[in-house]
Amino acid sequence: MENKLRQRQSKGNGELSDKSQAYLHIHAHALFSSLGRLVRNPFTSAMTIIVMAIAISLASGFYLIVVNMQQLTGNIESTNQISLFLKSNVSDTSAQKLADKIRNNNNVEQVKFISKFQALEEFKVYSGFGDALNMLDKNPLPAVIQVLPKNTLGDVQGVEVLMKKFNHFSQVDFAQMDMQWIKRLQTIMQIIERGVFLLSILLGFAVLFITGNTIRLELQNRRDEVLISKLVGATHSFIQRPFLYTGFWLGFFSGVVAWFLVMVMMNTLQNPIEKLSILYNGAFDVLYLGINETVYLLGITSLLGVIGAWVVLRYQIRQIKPE
Amino acid sequence: MLKFDHVSKRYPNAGDALLDVSFHLEKGEMVFLTGHSGAGKSTLLKVIAMMELCSRGLILLDGQNLNKVKERHIPFVRRKLGLIFQDNKLLQDRTIFDNVALPLIVSGYGRHEIARRVRAALDKVGLLGKEKKYPFAISGGEQQRVGIARAVVNKPRLILADEPTGNLDPELSAEIMHLFEQFQQVGVTVLIASHDIDLLTRMGYRSLVLDHGQLVAS
Repeated sequence: MENKLRQRQSKGNGELSDKSQAYLHIHAHALFSSLGRLVRNPFTSAMTIIVMAIAISLASGFYLIVVNMQQLTGNIESTNQISLFLKSNVSDTSAQKLADKIRNNNNVEQVKFISKFQALEEFKVYSGFGDALNMLDKNPLPAVIQVLPKNTLGDVQGVEVLMKKFNHFSQVDFAQMDMQWIKRLQTIMQIIERGVFLLSILLGFAVLFITGNTIRLELQNRRDEVLISKLVGATHSFIQRPFLYTGFWLGFFSGVVAWFLVMVMMNTLQNPIEKLSILYNGAFDVLYLGINETVYLLGITSLLGVIGAWVVLRYQIRQIKPE
Repeated sequence: MLKFDHVSKRYPNAGDALLDVSFHLEKGEMVFLTGHSGAGKSTLLKVIAMMELCSRGLILLDGQNLNKVKERHIPFVRRKLGLIFQDNKLLQDRTIFDNVALPLIVSGYGRHEIARRVRAALDKVGLLGKEKKYPFAISGGEQQRVGIARAVVNKPRLILADEPTGNLDPELSAEIMHLFEQFQQVGVTVLIASHDIDLLTRMGYRSLVLDHGQLVAS
């Protein structure tokens, strides 16, 4: 009696695990059978995957270009420093007095006076034109007062007001905000970044629709199978499962191919970029797709594949009816 | 088991395929459905299998009102049925085993259970040992028997067969009919659409006769 009971229990457990195993088995089967189908039609699959990969590599290539360019502008700390270039007839003592006067301004954090002589020495060191400058009988450089406004002054407008005020000093030839060009470049970069973002969204939609269309054709080819499965009691989710996996594989493989395309592109660009980097005193290295970015790339493309398939399946499976 | 109560089916451009049809099948009954072609035999089977919805009337399958079944529950109604078609509707790129296993796979049975039941079903129709073959490699009569094995593998309460012997010679037809009798003997309800009057009269079961969508004899 007890034995029988135990037997029945073990049988019950066996059935339960058999069922959950069946569920896993269905998924595994869908995963690999959809892969098998792609492999069995290598030409069609390759065409689709390459078209998708080109769209993806465009998006990720632009992304990398932006990231690399950001190095140019990002490294330079943005300050509101103003340079006052003094008229050439202003003496060092009079310039010092002016510097002291400016130092007393409430809106000024720091003032540094660079005399004509110091300016020339600095220029010799950094420009590499030292010998040429030695040949000049007169120092062509003006004296400069560098003014760092307080941060409390707010943004550009406040600094501009201050600058106008300095411009009125009789000793000052002209005042210039040092980082204005950086700010302009940064603004241009922001525009480019946003442009790349919008472009990526468009290309993402392209990937979505390419997958969707491929799945639609696949569904038409397997119409009989879908129909018969329906007639023996298959649910929509059962029928769409292998097609969703097909979408996944398409997205995944096009992500992998796109990764290679981007790597090849960056490799081709490496030489000229390195030359540029040398001109900037080695300010930056060529950035490739890192591990995190690669994982994101493959995750996003796989997800796009699944979504593209799902959108189509939602409507198309319903359309397949007997006769 | 199956009850039709004043059921009509009207197609938008083809008029009435079924008109005010009422009948009742008891559990374990074997019944023929007959009439000239275009009389509505296929339509009647289709509304039971929910391949079509009836326009008017009430269909009760095993106590369940089919008019009230939501679309996403249709698969579960079909799992109670065993459907057999004149053209078998076998998947040509799958083995006999895989074809018969399909209803079990979609219902989420485990592998061992599937193997056991498929072999039992194939044994029943006398095709054990051919499970690794493909449909194109066996005869028409054997293909029809694979279709029957697929229909019974899920242990359905009701078998619906649409002209199951339409393409077979009399000897094979008799064999197939004998198979249906065996299922009926173990309590399965069987409804067979056929226009083979000779066969019907020889077997002597109850017949539902359709004429232009109307039930003229029951």
